[in-house]
Amino acid sequence: MGELKTGTRLRSAVCATEVMVIAAPKGDVALTCGGAPMIGVNEEPPAGLSVAPEAAKGTALGKRYVNEAGDLELLCTKPGEGSLAVGGALLSLKEAKPLPSSD
Amino acid sequence: MNLMMLLEMAASGFGERAAVTNGAQTLTYSELFRAAGAAISRAAMLDVSSLALPIGLFGSAWAGVPFAPLNYRLTRSELEALVARITPCYLIAASDRVEELTGLPETTVVPRERFLERTRNPADADSGWPMDPDEIAVLLFTSGTTGAPKAAVLRHKHLVSYILGSVEFGSAPEAAAGLVSVPPYHIAGIAAIASSVYAGRRIVQLPNFSAEAWLELARAERVTHAFVVPTMLARIVEAIGDARSADLPQLQALSYGGGKMPQPVIERAMQLFPGVAFSNAYGLTETSSTLAILGPDDHRTAAASDDPKIRRRLTSVGRALPSVEVQIRDESGNRLGPDERGEIYVRGEQVSGEYLGRGASLDADGWFPTRDAGSMDAEGYLFIEGRADDVIVRGGENMSPGEIEDVLLEHEAVADSAVVGIPDEQWGEAVAAVVVTRPGCSVTEPELQAWVQARLRSSRTPQRIEFRDALPYNETGKLLRRLVRAELLGETP
Repeated sequence: MGELKTGTRLRSAVCATEVMVIAAPKGDVALTCGGAPMIGVNEEPPAGLSVAPEAAKGTALGKRYVNEAGDLELLCTKPGEGSLAVGGALLSLKEAKPLPSSD
Repeated sequence: MNLMMLLEMAASGFGERAAVTNGAQTLTYSELFRAAGAAISRAAMLDVSSLALPIGLFGSAWAGVPFAPLNYRLTRSELEALVARITPCYLIAASDRVEELTGLPETTVVPRERFLERTRNPADADSGWPMDPDEIAVLLFTSGTTGAPKAAVLRHKHLVSYILGSVEFGSAPEAAAGLVSVPPYHIAGIAAIASSVYAGRRIVQLPNFSAEAWLELARAERVTHAFVVPTMLARIVEAIGDARSADLPQLQALSYGGGKMPQPVIERAMQLFPGVAFSNAYGLTETSSTLAILGPDDHRTAAASDDPKIRRRLTSVGRALPSVEVQIRDESGNRLGPDERGEIYVRGEQVSGEYLGRGASLDADGWFPTRDAGSMDAEGYLFIEGRADDVIVRGGENMSPGEIEDVLLEHEAVADSAVVGIPDEQWGEAVAAVVVTRPGCSVTEPELQAWVQARLRSSRTPQRIEFRDALPYNETGKLLRRLVRAELLGETP
């Protein structure tokens, strides 16, 4: 996986997960879901792959996932069984900071 | 990036929940999603709020074409000039406007009911929506208090960024219902659709605002949230009259914006709605709605404080959203410090600052000059003092009309006031005021001049004060200063 761009949509190669990039660091990001590299939202996943047991906590619709450095943020637009990770380190759920409704 | 992504998420996350109610009709998120797939066309809309509004907005997004809600108060000749800028166009119109609109060049006029009929039992759309974040989502003709209307361009990236930066997906409980009473051609009307869908909060539409209808609908639909412009809140407060409470037990949150809120109105509203969380939102059409919010806690803290610096925050628009940066700059573009007055500049993914055919007015670093004058205190609370164009320059001294108006309003006999600059041979501009007195009260020009002089510098004392029965406002509560000025000078605006 190469450099990620804000607004790009990616899908998991092994489960139903889809994400949109909200923020990304410069440079290459080794982003995986369910243990397999994520692919472009319109790409066909390679055959024969399945969710790796150590990356099977699942993703939740509408939740945001961040890396430890805080410079990568993904929005889950379709949930699935795999977990998101970069270079083997699982991304964590970002705490929502509620704002008052304004419109 | 496309607005449809927000609706798709809502339809898959809670598709059977009610999304929008108009009168006796309700659409679920799944129904709205399917209707949007059937509604493909380049769409404009000349109508009050109806179910056709969210369908038209998302249907245009699905088709990858701009959606342009038009002001239904305009006459045919005014509309002709607007429509000419967005043709070829599929114009969804209230049925009583259809006949009047036939014959507009390159325009297909469709009555609302026929448009809704087409979307009622749609076949599944056979294509997805475009993903280009730079496609235009919405064109909004700005109210043009200073001249000819311009079409503000909001691209998918602006609106989606605004929603992702300010709303948590599915955060509304199932019983949540937001009353939308602003017209479709107001940015708050568009923003309300996108944020409600993403939050999972049912939209309750009020097509024609009156305070009585608003109160009745809020009760009948068990409304939990509402957004109002200051004029609406003033009328609601007036309609409730002497009652001790507004009797809307479900109402949890009331947000207001779109113009300056008179302090007596907000204070009375806080008494009438004691359990309600008030938020003041500041935003512009060109910034995809809200830039800053004075939240419920800010309201309570300010109202309860004896410290004038904290109490004054009740007249601020709060602090910038986390995804928005704000700076105050002087006329040469230099950044100013806390409490210094200048022009408000904003930056963020939601900021478009673009007008159709004129390009974006952002600087090289992405900052947008709002043309609003104001200041920010050391804690980041933003105070708006009106349009930068309204600043009066008297003998080289800049003064904001808002500051003088506030002082006039503190006088017990004054119900409303407007301060404008008028040409003056000696000073370049002179300060003039038009005042509306409270029923049963009277006050003279010299008394008010002495009142201002005692509280502000003498240069800020209006050299001319006239009395009127009412001031001119547009329908969303913006004071039309150019009309005040023209009338004072005996000109036709």
